[in-house]
Amino acid sequence: MIPLRFVANRVLGMIIVLFLVCLFTFVIFFVLSPDPAVQICGKNCTPEAIDQIRANLGIDQPFWTQFGTFLAGLFAGRTYGTGPNAIDCAAPCLGYSFQSSQAVTDMIVQRLPVSATVAVGAAVLWLLAGVAGGLLSAVKEGRFADRFIAGLTLTGMSIPNYVLALSLQFLLVVTLGWLPFPQAVAFSDDPFQWFQNFLMPWIVLAIGMAAVYTRLTRANVIETLQENYVRTARAKGLSPGLVWRRHALRPALTPIVTIFGMDFAGLLGGALITETVFGLNGIGKMAADSITKNDQPVIMGVTLLAAFLVVIGNMVVDLLYTAIDPRVRVGSSA
Amino acid sequence: MTFTPTELEVEGAAGGEAGRDGAPAAPPASGRRLARAFLRDRAAVACGVYILLIILMAVAAPLLVKISGYGPLEFDQDAVDPNLGGIPLGAAGGMGADHWFGVEPGNGRDLFARIVYGARVSMLIAISATLLTTFLGVVFGLIAGYFGGRVDMVISRVMEFLMAFPALIFMIAVLSALPAENRQFLLVLVISFFGWPYLARIVRGQTMSLKEREFVEAAKASGATSAQIIFKEILPNLASTIIVMTTLAVPGYVGTEAGLSFLGVGVVPPTPSWGQMIASSVPWYAVDPAYFLIPGAFLFLLVLSFTVLGDRIRRLLGEGMA
Repeated sequence: MIPLRFVANRVLGMIIVLFLVCLFTFVIFFVLSPDPAVQICGKNCTPEAIDQIRANLGIDQPFWTQFGTFLAGLFAGRTYGTGPNAIDCAAPCLGYSFQSSQAVTDMIVQRLPVSATVAVGAAVLWLLAGVAGGLLSAVKEGRFADRFIAGLTLTGMSIPNYVLALSLQFLLVVTLGWLPFPQAVAFSDDPFQWFQNFLMPWIVLAIGMAAVYTRLTRANVIETLQENYVRTARAKGLSPGLVWRRHALRPALTPIVTIFGMDFAGLLGGALITETVFGLNGIGKMAADSITKNDQPVIMGVTLLAAFLVVIGNMVVDLLYTAIDPRVRVGSSA
Repeated sequence: MTFTPTELEVEGAAGGEAGRDGAPAAPPASGRRLARAFLRDRAAVACGVYILLIILMAVAAPLLVKISGYGPLEFDQDAVDPNLGGIPLGAAGGMGADHWFGVEPGNGRDLFARIVYGARVSMLIAISATLLTTFLGVVFGLIAGYFGGRVDMVISRVMEFLMAFPALIFMIAVLSALPAENRQFLLVLVISFFGWPYLARIVRGQTMSLKEREFVEAAKASGATSAQIIFKEILPNLASTIIVMTTLAVPGYVGTEAGLSFLGVGVVPPTPSWGQMIASSVPWYAVDPAYFLIPGAFLFLLVLSFTVLGDRIRRLLGEGMA
């Protein structure tokens, strides 16, 4: 069992970090970004109109008031402007994109299924490939298979995912015609088409991670096999299969599973490039598009979402790790 | 790739936490022996040669462009076919005696010149970011590890905070909010800002164990100041760690710069950068694959070379930082 005080401490720490993340992000956009009112106002603009828009957006207020309103919007929603033109932004309000006349939260929710499909598929792929490759490498340590896999992992780690994406697309779609140009086909419409369309994005997003996981698994397994308890298990005559399953694999793979949680939570960064190259309309592509359009609220919303995912992912992993691995001591009293 | 048994042993033994029993256990290896071991490793030599070539190319860019005859910003409408929407004339993206790597579709800019000048931008940013990151990482790591206490707590919290961030997304956010002037300088700052904790964390850990060692105590007893101890006793012992971490960091920065430029928040056109060249090749990939393959191959090989080199140096120095 995880001690309750540890959990409470961890959650409190997470809330502080989340608050700092909000503050940090808000400062970046508050201090650095150009005046959104000028953008919204367009060409035929008067100083009065700009003032009006500023008042509607609430950006005529001092920093802390704005930040307070933003935080309140996260929990209780907020309203932009007053009167008949007021725009409601329901909680959790991450902001409002005036360019596309939509709340950022809604935009994210609409694109979530595509992003989730890409992310989950890639995660399954890299976990399987990484662990399998690492185990094979460890078993064949120093032999041809090991060296071959080492070469593959170096390549996988080094190839930029957009270069791989373009190469695969050119080879498999344009030249050979084996796969269709990726589109977000729903699984319920046509499972086979769905698989075909998402296969390339999965591979591209997974390859770098798969390489890292292969190396980690290999190192962990080799290290575990040198532990005294494995030697003991062998010495007392356990069959090799049993030694592997019961004594070597579990401690070797536990850290992999926990790192996996963190990497999965941090996937949005990689999805940005993958979704953009393949033109899949997910959260990543939305963020990339809003960079081009300079749609600040969307960039800020996605940034916050990504940071939230990572921070929460870290905490969950920490708690799980403490639960799984008895070697991790909590505090001095536990 | 050949492994000698000792190398494997070193790698296996160093698999755990570095410096578990105190200082990094690097043997007092002479530079010459290391150099000889390095030169025997064909893969490492090949990677080193490629990196040197790229650096040379970057330095000699104006000269090379004079020889090839086209500047990086020069349009050559004769090299593209206006009837086909600007596809380069000739095979393989217009490669030939005139344009060695072919031309950009649409406006006919010479790809060789853009690759050469792009190498300048990429290397300059990656190396500057590496230097700045190393400086920050070593300074903060030393301070946190040596002085401990409240200073350590503050620095460690800041490091944890920065490492918990999805760095790529934050870099994009910061860069997209910043004005477009001085992009290269801003890129270096932003990359370093999120990059230094990874080195600092390791320097901190090793400093903490080094300062408990006898030679530091001896120096303290003979009246050395903190500055003397840090710079004369501790820093030299961190050299191999810093070299390894730095070499392993460069490919990350090369890739980050290219990725940010690819997403449109990095180097601003018309200044060429490899990532940005690949970005502008996306609409053309089906009709003119050479346009993305050439910068893509240069970028991939550069990242690969640095990664392999870092790996080999780590193995040579017998460091175990997973």
